[in-house]
Formats: sequence, C-alpha cells, structure tokens
Amino acid sequence: MINSVKLFFNFGRYFILIRRAFAKPEKVSIYIDRIFEEIYILGVGSLGIVAIISVFMGAVITLQSAFNFESPLIPYYAIGVAVRDSMILEFSPAIVSLILAGKVGSSIASEIGTMRVTEQIDALEIMGINSAGYLIFPKIIASVLFNPILIVFSMFLGIAGGYFFGALAGVVSPHQYVYGITYDFRPFNVFYALIKSGVFAFIIASVPAYHGYFTKGGALEVGRSSTKGVVYSSVLILAFDLILTQLLLA
Amino acid sequence: MIQINNISKSFSGREVLKNISFTFEAGKTNMIIGESGSGKTTLLKCMVGLNEIDSGEVLFDGRDFYTLDFKGKKEIRKEIGMLFQGGALFDSKTVEENVVFPISMFTDLSVSEKRDRANFCLQRVNLDNANNLYPSELSGGMKKRVAIARAIAVQPKYLFCDEPNSGLDPKTSIVIDNLIKEITDEYKITTVVITHDMNSVIEIGDNIIFIYKGEKWWEGNKLEILKTENKEVHDFVYATKFMRELRNKF
Repeated sequence: MINSVKLFFNFGRYFILIRRAFAKPEKVSIYIDRIFEEIYILGVGSLGIVAIISVFMGAVITLQSAFNFESPLIPYYAIGVAVRDSMILEFSPAIVSLILAGKVGSSIASEIGTMRVTEQIDALEIMGINSAGYLIFPKIIASVLFNPILIVFSMFLGIAGGYFFGALAGVVSPHQYVYGITYDFRPFNVFYALIKSGVFAFIIASVPAYHGYFTKGGALEVGRSSTKGVVYSSVLILAFDLILTQLLLA
Repeated sequence: MIQINNISKSFSGREVLKNISFTFEAGKTNMIIGESGSGKTTLLKCMVGLNEIDSGEVLFDGRDFYTLDFKGKKEIRKEIGMLFQGGALFDSKTVEENVVFPISMFTDLSVSEKRDRANFCLQRVNLDNANNLYPSELSGGMKKRVAIARAIAVQPKYLFCDEPNSGLDPKTSIVIDNLIKEITDEYKITTVVITHDMNSVIEIGDNIIFIYKGEKWWEGNKLEILKTENKEVHDFVYATKFMRELRNKF
C-alpha cells in the first residue's frame, strides 16, 4: 500500500517537473545555446562508446549467426539478413539506449543532484530562473534530437563490424554479406527504430534528471540518485521497448 | 522594505517558526541571530520562497509574495540577491561567467557591456584577476566575494545573506561583513543577514532580531543587545569567554 502511494507520488511529481521544464523560457537564445552545449556533452561525447559497442555487437552477431546457421539449407547471405535486422530492430535502439542510460543517465542525475545539494538550484530559483526549465529542458531536447543520430550511426557501424569481422573470420564472403543486408529490406524497420530511440531518449534524459532534481542530503544521496536514475530509466526503456514493439510491429 | 506578518512553518507536525512578525527597513543591515537549530535558515528560506509558509504574509515593499502568481513571484525574485552559505557558485562556469549569468538572463546588454558590468562588480568586491578561475580554484573568502558580486550584478533591491562568515578566518570575515555593509549603504538595499557570529552583529548590525525556539524573542540594535537583560539573549551574546571579559572590563 505504502509502495503504491509512493509510486503515484513519484509519478505525479515527475509529470509536474516535466511540465515545469517545458514552461516558457526566460530567454530563448540562452536555452538554444544550452541545447547545443548539451548536444555536445551528451551526444557527441557518447560517439566513442557507441562506436565501440556497435562494431563489436555487429561482429558477435555475425559470428554467432554463422555458428547457428551451419545447416546446408540456410544460405550464407542469411547471416547478413540476421545482422541487419538484429541491429536495426533491437540492438541499436534498445541496447545502445540501455548503455546510454548508464553513461548519460548517471551523468545527468549526479550533475543535477550535486547542484541541488550545493544550493546551486536554489540560487537559480532565487534569481527568478525556472531551474527545471534551465537545467532539464535542454537535456531532454538535446537527447531527443541527437539520440536518433547516434542510433543510425550505431546501425551502420554494427553492420560494418559484421562485414569486416565476418570476412576476417572467413564465415561469410563480403559478396554474400552485402547481398544479405540488402535482401528484403524494409525501410519501416528503420522508422520503427527511430521512434523507439526518440522515446528512449526522453526517458534517458528525464528520469535521471527527476531523481537528481529531488536529491536531498549530501554526496551519498547524490550517488543513490544516480543509481536510481540509471535503474529506473533502464527498466522503463525495456518496458517501452515491449510496448512499442507490440504497437508498431504486431 | 520587507515586512513579515505572523508567519508560521511546520515540518511533519513540528512547529519550526511560531507566529513571527517584524519589519526590515531599506538601507539597513538587518541581522537575524540565534542558536543553531533555532529556525533562522528556515525563516530566511520562507522569506525568499524556498520554503512555503503555513500562514502569514511576506511583504516586499507592500507586495505579498505568497499571494502572487508564478510570474509575480518571479518578478520579486529578480529583485533579490542572495549570498548562500557555501556560495552556491555554478561549478561549470568561471568567475566571470558566474557574474555575467544573471545579467545575460535578465538584460539585453551586449557581450562587452555584460563583461564591463561583471568586471565592475568583481572590482567592487576587490576581486581582480580571478575572472577565468573556476569556483574549485577559489578560497572560501574569494567564493563569498564572487557570490556577492553575482548577487549585486543585477542591482537587487533586497540582499539576503545566509551565514556569510561561516568557514572564514576572522580577518576575511570582517572584509566580507564590511563589504555587505558598504553595498547596503551604497545601493540602499534592504539587507538581511543570518548569523550566529557576534563579531558580525557588533560590526555591521543596524537592526537585530533574536530567534529562540522558532519565536521572535527579542529585537533591538547593537548597543541594546550588549545591555539586554533578557536571559536567553544575554546567554547567547556572552557565550564566549572573550565577550564576558569584555563586558567585565567596560
């Protein structure tokens, strides 16, 4: 009973905070600058980790598919099909978003949480600035704008990783792999992945921001908020992955 | 002028402020003193709207803060400068950026005009050649000075200082006290200082309020506080051996 009351309390408080974050900005030019700043910090700063994970994911899917498709009835180009569909439908949007929830989410929660416990958020409020708008809105917009770019980048690198390691390990020829990734290609799958990445981006930025914003106490509580932000955003990503898959693909 | 009428505040059923009323005049340094846990900081937070009050009125030149809508409150907050106990400087911004920040948010000055205003404020607090330093590179006294410079950057009508001397050596404390006093006199600001430092009270206090167990216990000026026969105030003022010896001497 207490837990469900707490859940509703947090739910309500989250939506009130998001509404405040989307209130009219004090000065539009400053908010635009902040969005570009956040795109650089949250988006561009994540390119390296996304690239590494994507290349290795593509490579591993290629090798595992080759291992499982040992039957002479399955053509070699099926490896290319498997890598393409796995990367586009699930690995790039969902797994990369989960990784970003850890990297970006913990950074957002700890940044805002530290600002809360060191009274920097109070200082913004005293100046007459909507702290939720100034701190959270640019992060959400930056994340929603840049996450789809990161996901498309991940798709390309994953498929490229599969191509490179497949050829290197000798499990599939480049010609068959390329034939596979173009075979029966459905552009809607990319659209589906982009919708998912947009929703996940909103979760990645807003849920940790919520936990950071309402941090009370000191350094220990900032750490706890950061952990909570990552855990809750990861769970929500998985839940929305299921919901969106049912809605868009079923 | 700031007028407080019958304000009360409770936390989880525990009454922290009990029916407090007083008036602070413009151009004066008004001190709120009391033991730790007496409710001073809560009172200050209620005055600036960081804590909601349960009942009563907080009037800024006749405008009741708590009856105003979000926009009205924001307008009053633009007239408030606040010096937080820890400085509350923005970690990610340099000294100059910290001071420029409220100017950028609320004025349409050009970049060079904003920089000129920030430099003027920094020079006013005797802080030269620190423009490009980050808060983590500053001493406690320097942080307080930057916080004062930021607070006066947009020429506030009301200045609130929460324990401006905490963590500072006696010499730096006097520098900060005198700076607050000078700025109050120069700009005819209504200044409110929360402190339990009797040196500050004697140094700059024009009007003094003593808070005891959440109630306004005593009010007077610095000469009256030294001669008061109110037991609680007397015990507070003469708590140190130095003050007792001073009293015996004169």
